[in-house]
Amino acid sequence: MATRTFAARSRGPFLTPRTARRLAADLGLLALAAAFVLPLAWVVLSSLDEKADLRVQWPKEASFANFDAVLTDEITFTPLLNSLLLCGVATLLTVVCAALAAYPLSRYRSRLNRPFLLTILFATCLPITAIMVPVYAMFVQVELIDTMQGVIFLFAASQLPFAIWLMKNFMDGVPKELEEAAWTDGASPLQSLLRIVLPLMGPGVAVVTVFSFVMMWGNFFVPFMLLLSPDQFPAAVSINDFFGNRGTVVYGQLAAFSIIYSTPVIVLYMLVARRLGGGFALGGAVKG
Amino acid sequence: MKTAHRGGGPRRRPRVLRALPLTPAVLVMLAFLAGPIGYCVYLAFTDLQLTGQAESSFVGFDNFLDAFGDEDFLNAVWLTLVFTVLSSLIGQNTLGLGLALLMQRASKAVRTLTGGIVITAWVLPEVVAGFLLYAFFKRDGTLNAVLDWLHLPTQNWLFALPILAVSFANVWRGTAFSMLVYSAALNEIPKEIVESAQMDGAGGLRRLWHITLPMIRRSIGTNLMLNTLQTLSVFGLIWVMTRGGPGNDSQTLPLYMYEQAFQNSMIGYATAVALLLLVVGSLFSVVYMRLLRTEI
Repeated sequence: MATRTFAARSRGPFLTPRTARRLAADLGLLALAAAFVLPLAWVVLSSLDEKADLRVQWPKEASFANFDAVLTDEITFTPLLNSLLLCGVATLLTVVCAALAAYPLSRYRSRLNRPFLLTILFATCLPITAIMVPVYAMFVQVELIDTMQGVIFLFAASQLPFAIWLMKNFMDGVPKELEEAAWTDGASPLQSLLRIVLPLMGPGVAVVTVFSFVMMWGNFFVPFMLLLSPDQFPAAVSINDFFGNRGTVVYGQLAAFSIIYSTPVIVLYMLVARRLGGGFALGGAVKG
Repeated sequence: MKTAHRGGGPRRRPRVLRALPLTPAVLVMLAFLAGPIGYCVYLAFTDLQLTGQAESSFVGFDNFLDAFGDEDFLNAVWLTLVFTVLSSLIGQNTLGLGLALLMQRASKAVRTLTGGIVITAWVLPEVVAGFLLYAFFKRDGTLNAVLDWLHLPTQNWLFALPILAVSFANVWRGTAFSMLVYSAALNEIPKEIVESAQMDGAGGLRRLWHITLPMIRRSIGTNLMLNTLQTLSVFGLIWVMTRGGPGNDSQTLPLYMYEQAFQNSMIGYATAVALLLLVVGSLFSVVYMRLLRTEI
């Protein structure tokens, strides 16, 4: 009731300090939101405008012509399919490896757990950009350069430390008691992981899956370095062609393609946003 | 650790068998993460080139000495520093905290709207964010249109102040993370403490300085570390907006490394630069883990 006493002590009947503060906060946030929204407004409005240029403007004749123009095999479908293949397989690999790895870390006590987890946490923070030149040199040696599987393995390797960390934290939330009955019935660890633990931490698995996929979908540098043939380019790399090889840039089409390419990750993010939100980073490690 | 580990588990199995599920993950990480890092350490001491030369030889610390004698390298170090301080330490961190603080007081509708917009900027793929900000800062782009409308002087941002433009781009793209971290931290401050300080007549700024900030200091620490590490490895955003140019005016270390490796074919030398970047990243990483040491 502290707030009510506060309101009663205020000077004016209409604008209490509390509402005044809220109004000020609202205005401040709206001003910041306006600044943040301008680049987003450009991509939405330009995608509907055949004569779009670089500034935000209302389309004189709104149409889906830009979308029609980019929805071809060469521009949209092949790169998106490549993205889906690269990120889908790499995500699958990441989630399976992470779930398996998290199980002993979460279920057994071992002297090696702590060093292992510290190494994982350390690897989570390493700038992956830095190792791309040696990775390139290494992939040339072992003939993984310009192959899908090379990118898939590198995606998985770079996402695994965080995925294991996150998965282990979710798995710790599943009480061991629930598994004990299964163990007495003679279930193997793999059976109890598949039948009991993973179903119980379904939302956690979903978060790891979606987060890994979103990170890979947006990754530009890895496929940019490791893939050379344009027919294997994912959308993150093929979008460069709008600038480089097509001569004059058709900004409306670029905007339309950007929207098509970004929509899956925005939708996926929204699906898991509640669990991802807040101090999700490093599985709650950021909490102060 | 939250769960009590009572040892045991599904029957008592030999330790080796218990650790078996770790193998796929460990193998992938050893081959594709530890491998390249080890190879990086080795290559950095060789003169491997991309073309023309069949064999490489060991050159000791030459690559590093070359780097520190190279004006372009020092320029890249300086720009990386400017980029990190401007966009991560000052921009993302302060703006993220500001947004989180305002959100504590704002009405729900405004909070949801602003949060949605800021987070969308964060979720967008790196290249798309780069294009949007390229359009925003370009000479005939939105920023100049707005400035013109306000009768303020316009500027060819990507040409005159490229490092400032890419720093702003990184703020636009990265602030959501700090906002989420700080919102979570602020929500955990007990209301009573703030209210009793209010009763004692402490003004907003004093409450922020003496109560709020000390209470979330660990979040501030971890957030700064993570922002810095993120910012150190930004490539696509700058690549799309400026390609590191004009000249070398927005060439941070990752772009310098890329140019040395692929435009100048100096793989060994570029790897030495990569190793330096990796070492800086590791130092931040170690500090970050020290900040978290009670959590594991």
